[in-house]
Amino acid sequence: MDVTAEAKQIMVQALGKMYSSRSQRGGLRLHRSLLLTLVMKSARDIYHSARLMSEKSGQSVTEECTSHTQEPMDTSSSTATPLRETSGQSSEDGQRSGLEGHPHPLNPAADKENCGPSRPDRHSRKRRSKTATDSDFIPCKKAKLECAEVRGVLQNSSANCGRALDSLSLVPMPRTIVTF
Amino acid sequence: MEDSRNTSGFLRDHNYSTEADIISTVEFNPSGELLATGDKGGRVVVFQREQESKNQPHRRGEYNVYSTFQSHEPEFDYLKSLEIEEKINKIRWLPQQNAAYFLLSTNDKTVKLWKISERDKRPEGYNLKDEDGRVRDPATITTLRVPVLQPMDLMVEASARRVFCNAHAYHINSISINSDGQTFMSTDDLRINLWNLEVTDSSFNMVDMKPVNMEDLTEVITNAEFHPQHCNTFAYSSSKGSIRLCDMRDAALCDKHSKFFEEPEDPSNRSFFSEIISSISDVKFSHSGRYLMTRDYLTVKVWDLNMESKPLETYQVHDYLRGKLCSLYENDCIFDKFECVWNGSDSVIMTGSYNNFFRMFDRNTKRDVTLEASRENSKPRAVLKPRRVCVGGKRRKDEISVDSLDFSKKILHTGWHPSENIIAVAATNNLYIFQDKIN
Repeated sequence: MDVTAEAKQIMVQALGKMYSSRSQRGGLRLHRSLLLTLVMKSARDIYHSARLMSEKSGQSVTEECTSHTQEPMDTSSSTATPLRETSGQSSEDGQRSGLEGHPHPLNPAADKENCGPSRPDRHSRKRRSKTATDSDFIPCKKAKLECAEVRGVLQNSSANCGRALDSLSLVPMPRTIVTF
Repeated sequence: MEDSRNTSGFLRDHNYSTEADIISTVEFNPSGELLATGDKGGRVVVFQREQESKNQPHRRGEYNVYSTFQSHEPEFDYLKSLEIEEKINKIRWLPQQNAAYFLLSTNDKTVKLWKISERDKRPEGYNLKDEDGRVRDPATITTLRVPVLQPMDLMVEASARRVFCNAHAYHINSISINSDGQTFMSTDDLRINLWNLEVTDSSFNMVDMKPVNMEDLTEVITNAEFHPQHCNTFAYSSSKGSIRLCDMRDAALCDKHSKFFEEPEDPSNRSFFSEIISSISDVKFSHSGRYLMTRDYLTVKVWDLNMESKPLETYQVHDYLRGKLCSLYENDCIFDKFECVWNGSDSVIMTGSYNNFFRMFDRNTKRDVTLEASRENSKPRAVLKPRRVCVGGKRRKDEISVDSLDFSKKILHTGWHPSENIIAVAATNNLYIFQDKIN
């Protein structure tokens, strides 16, 4: 369970970092976005494989869900603060990243319950539209992955991860991939 | 001594200088007479070594400010609605050919060639204008004279001689001057371009890692450098921890490498952050041209150009951070890009760490030392005391524990004099110059 919780926290933080970097000076940093994406894929694979194993062992998935719903709300609010503090410190490459045109792996709708308090878009110069507030910290302009693409992404990230996740690529993934 | 570091009070440790003063690059010129620093505010400050004089032997070879100029200004890309930072990412000196000094400085998008020259004479005795510069009434001029050069107070001028722009869609991370003295290359996340120093309106693309579909992107270029002697050879490092050596004689487009250096990953060290910490942040050829040095988050590696399968030597910079990667990811420190340098004889390598520590590794004796760049320790002619980080168990009196390290004090940029034991260490917005003096 530790691995699952850690994986989830890492994913949440990666999303937070990617989103906040979009409004940073100097524009999106490709290298940083790529690293964040890799970390997120890696964490997601481990999270899924850990969940699969726990499902197979007969543990109730719903139990897991309820026990974890409160957690992400805390982690997302706690990631907000360190990010603000470190923006002054880590001034070198800071928080400027974002993969241009990269399809967002997670369904925005599913993540709404995890977002916790909606973070106002402080740094953006653009007017706050309805869509911006609706999607919380997931930009809704990002493409949503279809079934086949998801499988493809998982297969690719399995290779990155260096783990044997053959079983995962054969499991038909539903549209809402991650349910916390 | 300073055993317990205050990590919680950022404002307390902060010395209230602006972010613009943060040093972003440090570079000695080929003779070591000059030392250039670039900062986040787009300024370049050049230091010059004092001539040694018999009158003041204790001031032998100190570096003083020689020239300061604004190299880059913030710009705005209207098409992409993006601000282009003025931060100087790299400075590289050209070999000296006459009395003037030339350097290349770059920000994220534009490379500039600067000429730094001295003026110690000025012409006096014009016919058409008087000494104040006011135009004289031609009717009052009855004689003609030839203006003569009169000595004046030394003035150091910096002027931009070339501007190389509009060649990079992504952020420039490095520049490198070819040993031919005529060309240089600029590198961004996906492409490496070759320029002629005389020509600003065109460059040649040598390496292009951009995939057809950006969603397929798995690797970016992190650094590139020309071989110090072979003008046809260059190396570039990637975010996946590999280095490619390319020969420009093979083809115009150097997408196919002639050598590929990569060490297989140790499966026992596998973690969520393996990809991040294996990304190479700096690559440097040795002065001899026989070796390559690379820096990733936790180690420095020396590669023999003739052996691609694994590095010749691996040095642990701060392995005690391996168990802290999660926190370092949370506070963004895991993305810090440390540089590394060789000494003049390629026998010692140096790189920075946190808490204003920097590390030196002697390749021959296999000994290493950790030193600290701080005001308290750096009184003139004070001897630097080696520092130790306590990795577990009982902490000795002079040691500092891992949890007490100040991660906001990072040494990313250092320089080593090309022939002498003089090092320059940039600690946020302070520059420390240490010299090895044999008494």
